[in-house]
Amino acid sequence: MPDTTPDTTRETTGTVSAGSSSEGAAAPGARPFGPGGAVSLVRLRDFALVPAIIVIAIIGQIVNPIFLRSDNLINILQTMSEIALLVLAQTIVLVTGKMDLSLESTFGLAPGVAAWLTVAVGAGHGLGLVPGGWAIPITLAVGVLIGIFNALLIVRFGLHGFIVTLGMLIVLRGLLTGISGGQTFFNLPPSMMYLGTTSWLGLPVSVWLCFALFAAGIVVLGHTSFGRALYAIGGNVDAAKAAGIRTDRVLWIALTSASVLAALGGLLLSGRLASVAASQGDGAIFTVFAAAVIGGVSLSGGKGTMFGAFTGILLLYMIQNVLTLAGVPAQWIGALNGGIILVALVLSRITGGKAQE
Amino acid sequence: MTEAATGPASARAPDPAGPAVAEAAGVTKRFGETVALDRVGITVRPGETHALVGRNGAGKSTLVSILTGLQEPDAGTVSFGGRPAPRPSERAAWRERVACVYQKSMIIPELTVAENLYLGRPDRGVGGLISWSGMRRKARELLATWSVDVDVRTPAGELSVEQRQFVEIARALSFGARFIILDEPTAQLDGTAIARLFGRIRALQEQGVTFLFISHHLEEIYEICDTVTVFRDARHILSAPVAELPRAELVAAMTGEATGLQSAAVRRQPPADAGVALDVRGLSHDDVYRDIGFQVRAGEIVGLAGGGGSGKTEVAETIVGLRAASSGTVEIDGNRPRPGSVPGALRAGAGFVPQDRHHQGLVSMMSVADNATMSVPGRLGRAGFIDGRRRDELAATFISNLEIKTPGPRLPVSGLSGGNQQKVVMARALAGDPRLLVLITPTAGVDVRSKEFLLGKVEEVAGAGTGVVIASDELDDLRLCDRVLVMFQGRVVAEMAAGWNDHELVAAMEGVDIDA
Repeated sequence: MPDTTPDTTRETTGTVSAGSSSEGAAAPGARPFGPGGAVSLVRLRDFALVPAIIVIAIIGQIVNPIFLRSDNLINILQTMSEIALLVLAQTIVLVTGKMDLSLESTFGLAPGVAAWLTVAVGAGHGLGLVPGGWAIPITLAVGVLIGIFNALLIVRFGLHGFIVTLGMLIVLRGLLTGISGGQTFFNLPPSMMYLGTTSWLGLPVSVWLCFALFAAGIVVLGHTSFGRALYAIGGNVDAAKAAGIRTDRVLWIALTSASVLAALGGLLLSGRLASVAASQGDGAIFTVFAAAVIGGVSLSGGKGTMFGAFTGILLLYMIQNVLTLAGVPAQWIGALNGGIILVALVLSRITGGKAQE
Repeated sequence: MTEAATGPASARAPDPAGPAVAEAAGVTKRFGETVALDRVGITVRPGETHALVGRNGAGKSTLVSILTGLQEPDAGTVSFGGRPAPRPSERAAWRERVACVYQKSMIIPELTVAENLYLGRPDRGVGGLISWSGMRRKARELLATWSVDVDVRTPAGELSVEQRQFVEIARALSFGARFIILDEPTAQLDGTAIARLFGRIRALQEQGVTFLFISHHLEEIYEICDTVTVFRDARHILSAPVAELPRAELVAAMTGEATGLQSAAVRRQPPADAGVALDVRGLSHDDVYRDIGFQVRAGEIVGLAGGGGSGKTEVAETIVGLRAASSGTVEIDGNRPRPGSVPGALRAGAGFVPQDRHHQGLVSMMSVADNATMSVPGRLGRAGFIDGRRRDELAATFISNLEIKTPGPRLPVSGLSGGNQQKVVMARALAGDPRLLVLITPTAGVDVRSKEFLLGKVEEVAGAGTGVVIASDELDDLRLCDRVLVMFQGRVVAEMAAGWNDHELVAAMEGVDIDA
């Protein structure tokens, strides 16, 4: 009986649609715009961790007056800067609704390959194939290649990002162990050391670089069409496609730039430590995820800001520093760190009001 | 539809004299400053099918959540069968009295039908382990009792919308509920499926089940319901037997002003020498559609009519690049964009309202401004940068142009009502001043007034010289068109000029010969 419904549809519904179209509509547009309540709330959420950061600073100062001394603060910022680049990279990927676990291995492998190719024969496993000046380009190129390979599997072949990058995490870590023989590369060329050791105006270059890249990240995510495309893809990829966003291309760029940022972060650490250990970056991805989530970035995509992610990693590093200053034995730092991450998550859940995804 | 014959023996006849199956009286509900319900009441008599209508924001959903115990009223009472409603925490007691089949599925797609039916109360066998065979048998019996023809081993995700609704109804009945709320059950169904649903509702009604039916389609209410209750702006406006309420009065009650019966305004034909906005030639895509060819002139509105599976949606999606055809060409305003490229189609001059705003239309977490301007990043600033102020200004012009009710452009779009969300999608489609506007079911799930407004806007845009394609099976959408191409099973089977007869069009969409 396919005919019952539409048979008599005409008169009534016809009435409805054929009536006056605009003049009678009871809705008079919208109220005047202004900084409405919703807007300022959104802004506030970005700064959700700032009070916590201030509280930790005060506690730190009480625990040990060294805390607020400039050399200690610089120390915090510098040790944080390398991992912070991983957080930056992961945030880009998370906003699109994907995740990249392999970043921590890229963090070790990229400078590792550079060291392998540039460090002279005789010192450890170096091959000494190319001059030291090539170290930075090689590091970044390795980052690009890894990113492209990730994107190939995830975007082009549609494999699940979690599994792909988990596999890549293991493979890349294995590669680094392979080329280094499980040892540490020393005697790095000066170009690899520069970023991690030099200071400009009293601040280490790595800190400047970290600030500059986060500032760029804030601008890109918040104020460019590329950045908004990342959010659109993470929020609703079908809607993004229907709106004419080249979703695949955006994902390629996001995954590749994340890997490059991870490579750069690894370079900063290698420079500071003047070495590349086979385990460089091992386990860092957990801190990275924790920082991003504490900072309000959603694991299911489409939500979170670069500034929030930055406050997340800053908070974690400040707490670690306070613990060290308080004389907590190094053996206990790990357990405390994990505990702090959990507490921070609970706190941000309470202050954020919404369930984390 | 002969389900009644096979129904359970316990069938009762409607008993209008008994206590109300469900009754709400003086119910008030506030959310912060907003009054969602203002001293409303509704009385649902046993065995009747009661319609609840009202524009978006009238308070229907709030009443449903109060009637199902998901929210507590601030004031007023709810009773079932003359006895006060259970306390909110007593979910089991609520389930025995009332159930709601929502527009969005409340079924877990990965689990089988049987498991969904007995979720949380599985059949236990030896040692307290789940007895799968027992559960399947019970599920089969349950579905057979209510004549739902679905294999209980099917994963629920593979069910059609229609089957899913029947399964959800059966689940509700299995808890003992004989009062079922259907929240816009026909929104995602095509004509034949709606007819089957109505057959089912009538059969269940004879077996003593009472329905509260929420719909935007007034005609459906006249077809299936006994009583209608109208809400407007959080208040109860009227309750009356459907048969005694003329259509114009019902519309007036919903909209708050008398809207007399009017015939469709006659549209001025676009000039014969108007340019070609869209030229589709020999478009085929495997079995989905074959050999589609038509032209749309500037200022012309062309309908693509057809039921589910007719291929109309796919043709429209091919035009805007969401799909690529296996052969044939699409030319938009003289350009031939790369097949399968939405950005290409947009650059060529297309604007697009996709099929389902939740699925493809909007990024719900992003703001009204972001959503409305998503297709036109070039207008927001230079070199890929977005000037926040320019974006908000542009969005503000859209908001006033389309009369979108929002406190501001930065509100997340999920905070808007359905009709206003659809206006945001329309705003985005119009943002690039398209030469060709492609709309897929542009008024699905929006209230009467927004529908009227949106269709009026389409006419206005066409009047300004844009070619329009409307792919829809809604007669109201199609009435606007200068001509309608009717698709059936992937082919264009008929072309009708404006002024077509409803019966003819529907018959063509259903693939039925009207004279047979």
